[in-house]
Amino acid sequence: MKYLCLIYSDEAEFPKMPKAEADKWMSEYAEFTDRITKSGHYLGGNRLHPTQAATTLRIRNGKLSTTDGPFAETKEQLGGYYLIEARDLNDALQVASRIPGARHGSVEVRPVVDRP
Amino acid sequence: MSEDAADRARERVDAVYRSDSRRVLATLIRLLGDFDLAEEALHDAFTAAVERWPLEGVPANPRAWLVSAGRFKAIDGLRRRARFDASLAHLAQRLDADSAGAPRGWEEDDEGVEDDRLRLIFTCCHPALPPDAQVALTLREVCGLTTEEIAHAFLTAASTVAQRIVRAKGKIRDAGIPYQLPSRADLPDRLASVLHVIYLVFNEGYSASAGASLTRPDLSGEAIRLGRLLVELLPEPEAFGLLALMLLHESRRVARTSPTGELVLLDDQDRALWSREQIAEGQALVERALSSRRFGPYTLQAAIAAVHADAPRAAATDWAQIVGLYDVLARADPSPVVELNRAAAVAMRDGPSAGLALIDALLARGDLADYHLAHSARADLLRRLGKTAEARAAYEVALKLTRQAPERRFLERRLRELPS
Repeated sequence: MKYLCLIYSDEAEFPKMPKAEADKWMSEYAEFTDRITKSGHYLGGNRLHPTQAATTLRIRNGKLSTTDGPFAETKEQLGGYYLIEARDLNDALQVASRIPGARHGSVEVRPVVDRP
Repeated sequence: MSEDAADRARERVDAVYRSDSRRVLATLIRLLGDFDLAEEALHDAFTAAVERWPLEGVPANPRAWLVSAGRFKAIDGLRRRARFDASLAHLAQRLDADSAGAPRGWEEDDEGVEDDRLRLIFTCCHPALPPDAQVALTLREVCGLTTEEIAHAFLTAASTVAQRIVRAKGKIRDAGIPYQLPSRADLPDRLASVLHVIYLVFNEGYSASAGASLTRPDLSGEAIRLGRLLVELLPEPEAFGLLALMLLHESRRVARTSPTGELVLLDDQDRALWSREQIAEGQALVERALSSRRFGPYTLQAAIAAVHADAPRAAATDWAQIVGLYDVLARADPSPVVELNRAAAVAMRDGPSAGLALIDALLARGDLADYHLAHSARADLLRRLGKTAEARAAYEVALKLTRQAPERRFLERRLRELPS
């Protein structure tokens, strides 16, 4: 089964981090990605720009409207994701529990709908 | 077959349903990979038994017969429906192939069947499911209660319970919650979730959160049955601890309410009414759990209950030992409620003002401001210190916070008894 692991954290924290700590953080991510690639779990993943770069759009009555920022203001924001292949939810949770962001923010694990 | 033998066969079907339907269901879920399919298959298997056992005689191994019949009916049903839905054809084929490839004798393998029951418990109590769904699913699938029985026990609408169960099964399917025993690394966490569900069921039965009656014995009985099943399948120290805790509390049930349904506090209970049998069993289980040295909060709470059970009169209670056990518990599982209970024990060991100081400090932190038992415990200490006006105010706060009729009457009685 495929699962999308959505990594949420307070995006204001990262820029405040001293450089040495931020570097360590990035290398932990690189190590994690490497590890789940070797284990065959990795399908894809990316870090996202902060929500100030986000634009939300909706079409109502045929009219497009765009607004600056994310869909909802929350304490933690979506900052990145992994798409993984896992045997079942237990396996997916095992993988997700090793995402470095889980120790600071939170990781939402969502099963992907299987297309026959 | 004679009429008599046919009657006996029908009686056997009923008896096997009561003793084994949950085991058969647990195995069918593994074989069919789906809760709803397995429940339908279970129903079909027992329908077949009602038809055939009176004619053909009761099979030598009724459980294996039922599992085979259920699996056959499920695959057959899928094939029939597959004429209209091609995706089912694939499923039917896979199930058929799976069972052909299964090792011989899986139906007879008792250990495998016991593992299925444990798989069912761990799946129903999976932490990815919401707690109220874990409780409903466990009572329905593991205990075999009907949706209506669960709704009645929890004073909710049957439709609410039914929806919780449907959603939980949907999540098991869609999120891919596996029908598996947890890995060794996950076991402590997963076991904690199972124990918590059993404890929730017990507590709802032992001190119903709302309503006219103080307790609902059916739920406590169900929780104790679950606890026994768990220690039989998975002899972990905390599982023994929880079973001990439930038995030691349950031993006081009769003494805990007066014949008119009024609440009787531990100190005032007629200890001759305590069930010595349950106490003896509970104490033996506590000792077993403590000797493992891998025990946790349930075992410690059970040990405290065991010290109470040892005292022939309330005045003979070993409060020093109880305070000591609360000290360990507060370190193992810190919570404001544990601190409140510890404060009450300190009041018994060192006098009411020592306990009052601790409760006041707790309330000042705001943790238990809405907890009626914190205010009634405080009121009680104030009463014993002769501070009548303050005691009255505290009893009134407690009264405002409790929804349970017998507890309310108890507090009202205490208020009336205060000297004016």
